[in-house]
Amino acid sequence: MRWAPTHLDDIAQALGEHLTLSALSVLIALAVALPLGIAGARRPRLHAFFLTVTGTIFVIPSLALFAVLIPILGLGTVPALVGLSSYCLLILLRNIVAGLRGVAPEVLDAADGTGFSRRQRLVRVELPLALPLIVAGIRLAAVTVIGIATIAAYINAGGLGTIIFAGIDQRYPEKIIVGGGLTAALAITADVLLGVAERAASRWRRA
Amino acid sequence: MNTIWQGLLWIGQNGAEFRGAVGQHLLMCAMALAIGLLIGLPLAVLVNGRPVAAAVAINGVNAVRTLPSLAILAAALPLLGIGLLPSVVALVVLALPPILLNAHVGLRGVDADVLDAATGMGMRPGQLLWRIQLPLAAPAMFGGARTAAVQVLAGATLASFIGGGGLGDFITAGIAIGDLPRLLVGAVPIALLAVGTEFGLAWVERRLFGASVA
Repeated sequence: MRWAPTHLDDIAQALGEHLTLSALSVLIALAVALPLGIAGARRPRLHAFFLTVTGTIFVIPSLALFAVLIPILGLGTVPALVGLSSYCLLILLRNIVAGLRGVAPEVLDAADGTGFSRRQRLVRVELPLALPLIVAGIRLAAVTVIGIATIAAYINAGGLGTIIFAGIDQRYPEKIIVGGGLTAALAITADVLLGVAERAASRWRRA
Repeated sequence: MNTIWQGLLWIGQNGAEFRGAVGQHLLMCAMALAIGLLIGLPLAVLVNGRPVAAAVAINGVNAVRTLPSLAILAAALPLLGIGLLPSVVALVVLALPPILLNAHVGLRGVDADVLDAATGMGMRPGQLLWRIQLPLAAPAMFGGARTAAVQVLAGATLASFIGGGGLGDFITAGIAIGDLPRLLVGAVPIALLAVGTEFGLAWVERRLFGASVA
């Protein structure tokens, strides 16, 4: 360990960029997936269509997806965010719809009987009941995106991948270990913390 | 549109180079997947029914799964140098977790009553494995192989960074010299290959085993 102790500020910056990139990607994906999920939850054919589209994107290797975006969006953070959030869509959509479909018909009837409008029913009944599964989706999406975000460094979006790529270019194993290890540590931390959030959401749901 | 046309033109003019890259890409993936299956499936059979060994194997591959693919390929470089071999080794590491986890779940899911009945019929352990356990676990095993295949195809794109060749070379060259058509010459076939593999194997899975288990 000769490089890391003297470059802690560089490492902290890369870690910060990585975290920002991953968190923003999940949030953007959530903003897209929520309306799609709500629209598809009670329309099986529409949902199947959304699943096919997002499933196809999910299968495309990350470097290829970023490369296809370059002629349209150039290099940097914007294509990275578009690419990374696209990967989250399938995971989030599946869980949002599973959560919404899991709401018992009697509960929906009761809400209608109470005089809730469709919108009130969605916001006050369906989404809160679906919350544990939605948080589970966010957890899985975050862990997935933290790993893929390393590739974003190649299109100049920064993050921990810059350290790994520097290690490859300079044949410097320590950088590969530091970059890869921190990415894994970040993924595990996100998994644990969002796991706590997931359990909190289930408890809150039952309360 | 012009970029796409120029890309096609480039392929037309450099057919041998393009075919070579596709061949290298597929060779790398096929080797990695084959080796991954040859290690992963016997390992799953071996640890089945041995809780400690199973826990070690499953926790081991789960630890590997937290590492980004890029780091796994990058780590092969200082250990094994550049070229095809380190890339294949790294891709095997990527292929193992889905193969092993799915096979393990499939084998563990075989009903204990079925095994008892077969034993009662006088089947020896070897017969039990080949006639009962493996056929019943086959759908889960196939699902694991399918996930691994897609994973390996994606990982092979990154092999370009450690001199493994393949279609990723066009992407890295395209980004390095700012050549957009060249970028697409790598990216579009890679995307089609991955999507084709996923949907093709999903179709095979439905034909062989009925509804998808994944």
